[in-house]
Amino acid sequence: MGGQFVSRGFTGRRREPDRDRADRIPPGQYVTDDFPVLSAGPTPRIPLDTWEFTIDGLVREPVTLSWAELIGLSSRDWMVDISCVTKWTKLDTRWEGVSVDDLLALVELDPKAQFAVAHSYGGYTTNLPLADLVNGQAFVAYRYDGQPLEPAHGGPARLVVPHLYFWKSAKWVRGLRLTERDEPGFWESLGYHNYGDPWREQRYTGDE
Amino acid sequence: MPTPLTWQIATVDEIRPETAEVKTFTLRLPAWRAHRAGQHYDVRLTAEDGYRAQRSYSIASPPTRTGVVDLTIERIADGEVSPYFHDVLVAGDHVEVRGPIGGYFVWEPGLGGPLLLIAGGSGVVPLMAMLRERAAAGADTPTALLASWRTIDDVIYRAELEALGAAGDGLLVVHTLTRAQPSGWTGYARRIDGPMLAEVRTPLGSDPLVYICGPTLLVEAAANGLVEGGVPAARVRTERFGPTG
Amino acid sequence: MDVTADLSNALVLDGNAVAGDLEELLGFDMTGAMHRCTSCGNHGAMATLLAYTGGPGTVLRCSICHEIVIRLVRTPTATYLDLRGAAYLCLRPTAADSR
Repeated sequence: MGGQFVSRGFTGRRREPDRDRADRIPPGQYVTDDFPVLSAGPTPRIPLDTWEFTIDGLVREPVTLSWAELIGLSSRDWMVDISCVTKWTKLDTRWEGVSVDDLLALVELDPKAQFAVAHSYGGYTTNLPLADLVNGQAFVAYRYDGQPLEPAHGGPARLVVPHLYFWKSAKWVRGLRLTERDEPGFWESLGYHNYGDPWREQRYTGDE
Repeated sequence: MPTPLTWQIATVDEIRPETAEVKTFTLRLPAWRAHRAGQHYDVRLTAEDGYRAQRSYSIASPPTRTGVVDLTIERIADGEVSPYFHDVLVAGDHVEVRGPIGGYFVWEPGLGGPLLLIAGGSGVVPLMAMLRERAAAGADTPTALLASWRTIDDVIYRAELEALGAAGDGLLVVHTLTRAQPSGWTGYARRIDGPMLAEVRTPLGSDPLVYICGPTLLVEAAANGLVEGGVPAARVRTERFGPTG
Repeated sequence: MDVTADLSNALVLDGNAVAGDLEELLGFDMTGAMHRCTSCGNHGAMATLLAYTGGPGTVLRCSICHEIVIRLVRTPTATYLDLRGAAYLCLRPTAADSR
């Protein structure tokens, strides 16, 4: 980066992580205390009495949950670090929700189901290997920081997959479709990495 | 052959306070080229470790003021770029900029009028470039500026607007103060609405060119109010400012 | 689906927000470029599109029907443009826009 112009005295809003947490920050990321609201479109407003979550695709029988049924499933608290591809990382975020394992337990998966597409109210989609959604790695969250999840942050419910860049954590999630092939979603089809591991800095298509 | 748009390093010539939270930064550009009133420059800040932040700021100066551009910038408390401008930059410092940008939200006397300019807060900046160019050209295009502020102390360019409005060349300047008004204030004291728009545009006749600039919600309300009041949508141009800087 | 105004709508900008990036890429101003929305048929200048910025990419939506017209992603090495939401873009690098 020789010769690049530097603005005297500019550091930006981010701050250095405490030394004992530095190893929790993936490469190229900055710690923030904010929770930036980033969006691809208007915030959907979904009344809870019409909200639904569907698991379909390569399953023997699709299942649709109402809001009452979702919150009737056993939930737990999660404290996780999250990293957005726009370079902010937020440590120790607190959520409450249902693990994707418990949701998938409601259906019988076809053996050919290797991937999933998470799809949302408003049209957003993102794709993940099934292997990244199970074994406690992902959950559908409806509370954040002790409060009901706000619409601006993906409420009433969103997918959270902390080990991948946060664009994979689909806001306003309305279902998981199990697929045989990987089907690139909204950003994956326009230059972003298909998998998105922050620890290998897999931000863009072609990143190793 | 058009010259490509590239970043250049400008030098801060002068910094001038406008209000408690607003300053004008005069930037001298090595590759200045005449802009059109309404255009903006992009500004990019880079930290030692490569961290970057970028914003767009409208040009306040008319193109007759050559070699430099004036950027009038409001300090946003939890912003990232505007606090740097206000709190760190001094004359002699350098800033990376790119521009001039924008061909839609522009006016010059050749485009005619009548002209209705509507501003919310720092949305007045590109409209001020238009008014300054209008004055520099000696144009007498019938023009009204309707500007919305919280209080009288928030009015940017207050003295200059008063002088322009008193020049007798067909410009009417109207302020509305939405949060608090000085004692004796006889002007508007509420958010821009349909009846206010109708009153302000009546003297301009039926078919003004309209430029609206400010926060998204104000821009939407004003544009909708005008179109509902009969102004053809094709005569209304808008530029939305973000709430953070 | 009821789409109502809320805080996030206050963050919406317009096509002017991508003017610099597109001009640096294409060599002329795009804010005045007329488009027709594939979803609702509305004609308008790119500057009138609603811009959702700050995320992984920028999404430009029709101001009438709110459907996506253009998507733009900038990576360190490339720019991706999805124009499928525009039935056409009318580009006019006229003398007035050149430098």
